Amino acid sequence: MNQKAIPVYARPKEQGFLFRLLQRIHVDIPLLCGLLLLSTAGLVVLYSAGGQSLDVLMRQVMRLALAFAVMLVLAQVHPQHLQRWAPWLFGAGILLLVAVLLVGDIGKGARRWLELGAFRFQPSEMMRIAVPMMVAWYLANSPLPPHPLKLIIAGVLAIVPTLLIAKQPDLGTSLLIACSGIFVIFLSGVRWRYIILVGSLVAAFVPIAWSLMHDYQRQRVLTFLDPESDPLGTGYHIIQSKIAIGSGGLYGKGWLNGTQSYLDFIPERSTDFIFAVLSEEFGLIGILAVLAIYLFIVMRGLYIASQAHDTFTRLLAGSLILTFSVYIFVNIGMVTALLPVVGVPLPLISYGGTSMVTVMAGFGILMSIHTHRKLVPT
Amino acid sequence: MTHNTPHTQPVRLLVVLGVLGAITLLLVWRALDLQILSKDFLQDQGDARHLREVATPAHRGMITDRNGEPLAISTPVDSVWANPPELLAARAQWPRLARLLNIDAKGLERHLTSRVGREFVYLKRNVSPDLAEQVMALGVPGVSLQRGYRRYYPAGEVAAHVVGFTNVDDAGQEGLELAYDEWLHGIPGSKRVIKDRLGRVVENVERVSEPLPGKDVALSIDRRLQYLAYRELKAAIQSSHARSGSVVMLDVNTGEVLALVNQPSFNPNNRANLRGDDFRNRGVTDVFEPGSTIKPFTVAAALETGKFRPATMIDTGSGLFKVGNHMVRDVHNYGVIDVSTVIQKSSNVGATKMALAMEPKQLWSMFSRVGFGAASGGRFPGEMTGALSGYKGWGEVERATLSYGYGLSVTPLQLARAYMVLADGGQSKPVSFARLTEPPQSEQVMRPEIAGQVLKMMEAVVNAGGTGLSAGVPGYRVAGKTGTVHKSQAGGYAANRYLALFAGMAPVSKPRLVMVVMINEPSSGEYYGGLVAAPVFGRIMAGALRLLDVAPDDVQSLRTQLVQGDGVNKNAAGVAAQTMPVQPAVHQAHVSNPQPKHRERVL
Repeated sequence: MNQKAIPVYARPKEQGFLFRLLQRIHVDIPLLCGLLLLSTAGLVVLYSAGGQSLDVLMRQVMRLALAFAVMLVLAQVHPQHLQRWAPWLFGAGILLLVAVLLVGDIGKGARRWLELGAFRFQPSEMMRIAVPMMVAWYLANSPLPPHPLKLIIAGVLAIVPTLLIAKQPDLGTSLLIACSGIFVIFLSGVRWRYIILVGSLVAAFVPIAWSLMHDYQRQRVLTFLDPESDPLGTGYHIIQSKIAIGSGGLYGKGWLNGTQSYLDFIPERSTDFIFAVLSEEFGLIGILAVLAIYLFIVMRGLYIASQAHDTFTRLLAGSLILTFSVYIFVNIGMVTALLPVVGVPLPLISYGGTSMVTVMAGFGILMSIHTHRKLVPT
Repeated sequence: MTHNTPHTQPVRLLVVLGVLGAITLLLVWRALDLQILSKDFLQDQGDARHLREVATPAHRGMITDRNGEPLAISTPVDSVWANPPELLAARAQWPRLARLLNIDAKGLERHLTSRVGREFVYLKRNVSPDLAEQVMALGVPGVSLQRGYRRYYPAGEVAAHVVGFTNVDDAGQEGLELAYDEWLHGIPGSKRVIKDRLGRVVENVERVSEPLPGKDVALSIDRRLQYLAYRELKAAIQSSHARSGSVVMLDVNTGEVLALVNQPSFNPNNRANLRGDDFRNRGVTDVFEPGSTIKPFTVAAALETGKFRPATMIDTGSGLFKVGNHMVRDVHNYGVIDVSTVIQKSSNVGATKMALAMEPKQLWSMFSRVGFGAASGGRFPGEMTGALSGYKGWGEVERATLSYGYGLSVTPLQLARAYMVLADGGQSKPVSFARLTEPPQSEQVMRPEIAGQVLKMMEAVVNAGGTGLSAGVPGYRVAGKTGTVHKSQAGGYAANRYLALFAGMAPVSKPRLVMVVMINEPSSGEYYGGLVAAPVFGRIMAGALRLLDVAPDDVQSLRTQLVQGDGVNKNAAGVAAQTMPVQPAVHQAHVSNPQPKHRERVL
């Protein structure tokens, strides 16, 4: 590596103590700033959405602390280790998913949890990291662009956990895991003709599947795609959410003043639909501010991916950050009625622990990839 | 490490960046669309979901007696209601809720499950605020309160028929509550409130319109007189084992109804176990044949013809007088008596002979002028006008029976109003249930001297030799007329079912009060109006005159009684005292001379 490749902030003697400390512990400072800003904004919104409960707020702070700790720990792990662990992690994840289907705990009508002594564990969350790692590991072992046969095997690697999770059922997570695998394959430089081929195959399959479905199944799909056609069921959430967002206007109703959320009209207002609370209370200005922070984080992630020095880290980093942006898009798209209702939280803002830890683990890996570069002997 | 092939990387990155940019733009456009373009529509939709206009109940006006004593007042109460689906979900709480509301738990379940599609079901209407508080303290999901007003009637059964009552929705249902409903009921206001998803009011935003409270009504009723009349009537009904009875008392100067009581009565505050019969304000709704109480008007009509004077002698023969196929009978054989004595002794034969001596129209006209067959003007809901047929079809039998009160029907209130004409020098005026600030327009329907003459004749009824001796009041000159009516039944008249009546006024020198006492089917042996109804009249009139501070116009009788140590208050002494002969000396001082000065004619 030549001198140019050394990051600007790595120049010694010019920075203060904190700066050097963060650098020493492999933290990417722009990413950290973005994440801290986002978490803080999230806490502000959550305080309102959670009915001004300090208890809710404190629990979220504890989770954030845990998630940042996980991020810091993973940032210390060299990408080479990750690469080495990938198959083992993936294999263990598959076993756990099978175990969940057989003996898992049931919560909210789905089997997602494994009871491990004192705490409960959700293997599907682990797979959100393990699947892109595995696919990246597999594709990075041979020259790119990959051979079609290898592509098929990579596809199978992504689809098996996807189907296992879809069976739980957890549609949101399984779609995101499929996405993470597909992103790795896409970034590996698969030829456009294969992409077009698969795309047209899928397109051709849709009408065939449609014709094979029962009427009630079709009805379910239609309701899923257009929730507002069922205003008393799924559509209820969406209509209330749209009303909340729209009534926010340009400047919003002000913090703690959202009527739709306070009057309990918005369902799941501190978890999946927290964006509606944000929109009602802070208006378009608030939305744009939060979107800007997200955009900044995503751009920084893409930059890290583009600067990665080897195939495995590049594919992994790219997939992780693109999956993160899919998260944002799916959640906001759902809340604003652009997309069907899929239970996906808004990363780092929604109330809830597991997904937050996974997301931050991903950022830990990104930081590790970025900060271990120059130390890697090439 | 191997790098990507150099040519794919920038393209792929550009695709990724392009897609990300497009998605970001899509989200921003969507936010703009919702928050700027559709803002008004969505805000309206939001308001439509949580802003509600709810009615605020208006206070119903109070009904008071003429002195401002409350007869009907509204107090705030709460109704407990529920949202069935929510309450059905909280099954564990039912037993405690049911126990508190004193309802059957099984019935509650049926009540709720059959209305599961609704959002509002009353569990219990009009509970006390105290109980409502306890219910809310249970914290049962889906149970809420609704504020309202409930009527309380402090006078209870005493004024129940006159005042009437409201239904559970606070609207007048019976009696004057119904008659003055327009005036009493308020106009509910409305306010805008914010409700949450479960329909609970979170915040009052603004008052859209203030509730307009109803106006108070002061009745003509004097609660003291009402109590007095009720007490005496109830005691008389019980002691004579009568089926029912009414007392109507009017103020002669104004036509105001000072007291109107009936038996049987009911408790308007608890109407759970009531028979429809009890609701009837018999003094206004029940018609009967007035019998002998009509004779003063027969006499008045006779005097008006000029063919008769008070001293005109009439031969009542042996107390039997045949008109067509009909035999008119007197109780005793009175022989040749003057017109005054016809009233005093209540001679049917005498009345018949007078009626047959005049044109049918003259008799009809008199009855009609004093208000028979017409509404009394009190506008009481359900008031009956009685029946007075046209004179064209009257034959001799009809004229004969009409002259002593059969063949027409009147209500106690009508009878009292007719007597008011005699008491007020021939002036007729409508009765009123509302307190009047000035006397109503009255109409001269009878020459004053005729009214005065008949009044004098009626005074003899209450004095020695009269049929209504026990209606007398010490210290006051009382005039009146008894009536004992055979009750009609299908196919004729019942042999042993009677109506005991007494109608009269006092004090004679300047009449202030007119009163009618009607006792229906006394069955304890006595049934004559003079024995059953007259004592009630006497007792009530004595108390009423004293309560109203009416100056005695017969001080001399008091003095005489005192001198003779005969007790001051006849009423206190009861019936025994009333049957005692009044000192003849006293009477000669006031009563019209029983000896006719000149006998003009003997019929």
